[in-house]
Amino acid sequence: MRTHVVVTGIGIVAANGLGTSDYWEATKSGTGGIGAVRRFDATGYPSRLSGEVPGFVAAAHLPSRLIPQTDHMTQLALVAADWALLDAGVDPARWPEFSIGVTTAASSGGFEFGQRELQNLWRKGGEYVSAYQSFAWFYAVNTGQISIHHGLRGPSGVLVSDQAGGLDAVAQGRRQIWKGMRVMVTGGVDASICPWGWVAQLTSRRMSTEDDPKRAYRPFDAEAAGHVPGEGGAILILEDADSARERGARVYGEIGGYAATFDPAPGSGRESGLRRAITLALADAGLSSGDVDVVLADAAGMPDLDRVEAAAIGAVFGPRGVPVTAPKTMTGRLLSGAGPLDLATALLSIRDGLIPPTINVVPASEYELDLVVAAPRTAPVNAALVLARGYGGFNSAMIVRRAVG
Amino acid sequence: MDIPELTIGELKDILRDAAGEGEEEVPDIKFPDTEFSDLGYDSLALLEVEGRIERRYGITLEDSGLAEAATPRLFLMAVNLQLAAQAAKWR
Repeated sequence: MRTHVVVTGIGIVAANGLGTSDYWEATKSGTGGIGAVRRFDATGYPSRLSGEVPGFVAAAHLPSRLIPQTDHMTQLALVAADWALLDAGVDPARWPEFSIGVTTAASSGGFEFGQRELQNLWRKGGEYVSAYQSFAWFYAVNTGQISIHHGLRGPSGVLVSDQAGGLDAVAQGRRQIWKGMRVMVTGGVDASICPWGWVAQLTSRRMSTEDDPKRAYRPFDAEAAGHVPGEGGAILILEDADSARERGARVYGEIGGYAATFDPAPGSGRESGLRRAITLALADAGLSSGDVDVVLADAAGMPDLDRVEAAAIGAVFGPRGVPVTAPKTMTGRLLSGAGPLDLATALLSIRDGLIPPTINVVPASEYELDLVVAAPRTAPVNAALVLARGYGGFNSAMIVRRAVG
Repeated sequence: MDIPELTIGELKDILRDAAGEGEEEVPDIKFPDTEFSDLGYDSLALLEVEGRIERRYGITLEDSGLAEAATPRLFLMAVNLQLAAQAAKWR
């Protein structure tokens, strides 16, 4: 009998809000944070927009000793983790030594840091490469730094599956709690807004080349032509439901179900694995499609990918059978941060009975989606489905729902 | 030619530059003899500091003498010994 796993803390860093309440205020009202790239001079590149976290000064939130050894994404992750633990009322120093672990997702590691050290290597020589490059670039570094900073000695790890990874990391956190952990720090924060990260992401050929932030990222629109990359994500505190109840913790909701599938090889003629991920997640949650009140879409923003996603949703829920939304139109696509931020958004929707809108989009009728646009929709939300697809064929689906009891 | 010598103040600056501020509660007078771990600096921080000293003086430091230096004072002594030895070679 699997124990119930609930979310007791949330920490958010996103382009339209630094911190959960800033983010939710902006998201509820459809206020986006996409604009011209500021972190580097992108004028020579085909894509020049990004979703950057506003007003983040690492030194204001972190001890000075962590600054030289951390990439920007790790600094964001550390702060999000601090806020999540605070939000959950979990002070690790007061918990048994091995009772809390960390599992995050990452897509690219510390690219900004790594680029700078590569430049040092090639322009000046090996002796100019920082000793901290040894780990600051590495995918697992967010897990590592969070765990060291808070003395979290439970089982820890990292999941790397591009944009699907964030959901996979939360699922792994859930597994660890089934295996006996009381608390797991999970989620993902990615930030690759630097020339090296930019060039890497451009190879996907899915980045928008539009300069108008209102027209650049329009998933499910007839004129969809790519996405805008963003930085940020969310850290979630997962907890054994009994543990949460015993200490009187505030519970946002439960991780109800999860599944991950992989697409067949291109050209095989077989359907993508997304529909199966949805049905398996529903089965894992013990729910039927009629129990789901909203779907937070992966929203690739490329016509062929939008078509696949719309078809999968339609196959399970029926045409216009469930409200669908993509709040990531306000933040950009966050790689490993996307899934956790969508989960956090879904939990806040459950709490407040409100579905945030998809901005800048006029949904194409061919997709037969009930896309929430123009304004937020007030509606009771008891269960939400979050979808995340990673480049190369990853499909992950996770269901969060109102906690019972 | 003058023998290059690193001072405690310069070491403190290099540490701060390379690895951030040390523990605030340690007063200046105690800094030289406080263990690096108590100051909040780990082995990678010291590796980074060694690299900066090497670049500054254009020398290669040998790890052996420095690895056991548990405090700034001992570290400084080991570094300055190596700087003096290098200067003697170049004469």
